[in-house]
Amino acid sequence: MSDYLSHPAVNPETLEFWKAIGQGKLLIKGCRACNEAHFYPRAHCPHCDADETHWVEASGRGSIYSFTVMRRENPQRVVAYVALEEGPTIFTNIVGADPADVRIGAPVHLQVSQSQEGLPVPTFAM
Amino acid sequence: MAAHRRAFIAGVFEHPTRKAVNKSLGQLHREVAAGALADAGLTRADVDGYFVAGDNTNLYPLSFIDYLGLRPKVIGATDTGGSAYVTHVGQAIEAIEAGKCEVALITLAGKPRTGGAAADPVPDWPLPDVPFEQPFGRAVINTYAMCAARHAYEYGTTSEQLAWVKVAFSHHAQHNPNAMLRNVVTVDEVLESPMIADPLHRLDCCVVSDGGGAIVVVSEAVAKALARPLVAVRGYGDAVKHQAGGKVDLTYTATRWSAAVAYEEAGVTAADIRYASVYDSFTITVLEQIEDLGFAEKGKGGAFVADGGLISGVGRLAVNTDGGGLCNNHPANRGGMTKIIEAVRQLRGEAHPAVQVPGLELALVNATGGWLGTRHAAATMILETK
Repeated sequence: MSDYLSHPAVNPETLEFWKAIGQGKLLIKGCRACNEAHFYPRAHCPHCDADETHWVEASGRGSIYSFTVMRRENPQRVVAYVALEEGPTIFTNIVGADPADVRIGAPVHLQVSQSQEGLPVPTFAM
Repeated sequence: MAAHRRAFIAGVFEHPTRKAVNKSLGQLHREVAAGALADAGLTRADVDGYFVAGDNTNLYPLSFIDYLGLRPKVIGATDTGGSAYVTHVGQAIEAIEAGKCEVALITLAGKPRTGGAAADPVPDWPLPDVPFEQPFGRAVINTYAMCAARHAYEYGTTSEQLAWVKVAFSHHAQHNPNAMLRNVVTVDEVLESPMIADPLHRLDCCVVSDGGGAIVVVSEAVAKALARPLVAVRGYGDAVKHQAGGKVDLTYTATRWSAAVAYEEAGVTAADIRYASVYDSFTITVLEQIEDLGFAEKGKGGAFVADGGLISGVGRLAVNTDGGGLCNNHPANRGGMTKIIEAVRQLRGEAHPAVQVPGLELALVNATGGWLGTRHAAATMILETK
């Protein structure tokens, strides 16, 4: 997408995130005050309330914290929480896997998908 | 024990309909309001406080104050989903104790069954969380299903144990002539129902029903003149749990915090409670709340609910003797209202004789609202006979 800000999901606080994911990079936020990472990204740190947050490129590696399979969708969507190596656990989808093979604890890596809303989004593959 | 709060639940009404083909939303609000006021022995002219949740973005409270012809001095429109009505009772008590009103009316009505309204609202993109969840197909059920999956992973909770929640409430619903689903079901029937979002089957999910309910909360001065049995609120608490910047833990709910406040204010513990109304949006919702309310250790909720643990007269704790949202009624996809109403019936001794807990003096109401796995509210209330 050439102009991310034209999408209703994108706002000035999160524009960098969307630009980066469009280039295959997953940005999360770090905090210079408490050194804890957070997601979804905010201008302030939800852990310590400091304003000294900065963008950090995540490795894109993590493991499945929990998941479910939406059996009445076609194709069946795997909705999951993935715990990133950097700490935060994020709401996402597992893509390209047979739902029967998905397990809590399984290692996963970033694989950017295009959402129904026309956004590049961080999904994960096993 | 602590003194009760200086306001009372004086009237309740659950609309008997489960499919309101020929009624408007306004009529449903009107009928539940009239029902609860009649139950209390009051009229519309007595009402000087009004609470309603629903869709705040459409200035919902103004529309229904107008439709009902009320002149409230106190209005409340906190919307936390299904738990909002427990919160409204708490807020009504605060307003009454502060002398701001004397008769507070709380109404809920909805037509998700005939109106075709989805449980999941249209995405509101400016909300900060929506862009990071909506594109992944966030829906009510998948946020609860992921809690169930993680609870099973950490504690070995089984689908059979979850099914027992539904089985228990179906045993209660057989005695409720208004219940949407009155047939007693078995664990096998729950497990054989279609998988909707692993590990939740269709029968792990509450019903979609039309209808509503209302509650009247009154001051001590008004209460003295009323004939119906009064129910006092000994304590209540509110809490919200969210993703905490990515520190997600799906194995417990905000009930852990709201219950602590309610128990402390009431001066009681879980050991004192023999009846509880617990919002059963899904079977897992009940199981996690049972643990967070202190009826079972964390991770042992499965064993607590199994083998009829929640059936009145069978288990140590009777839960949702009207059949709950899983079998009786789930108006507007919001369960807190009917939870309060059944607890009041129990404390008045007016539950069905087959499910009435004998000699009951204390009851607990707990509801969660929102999305259990992303962000939700919990509200806990300890009620007693006056």
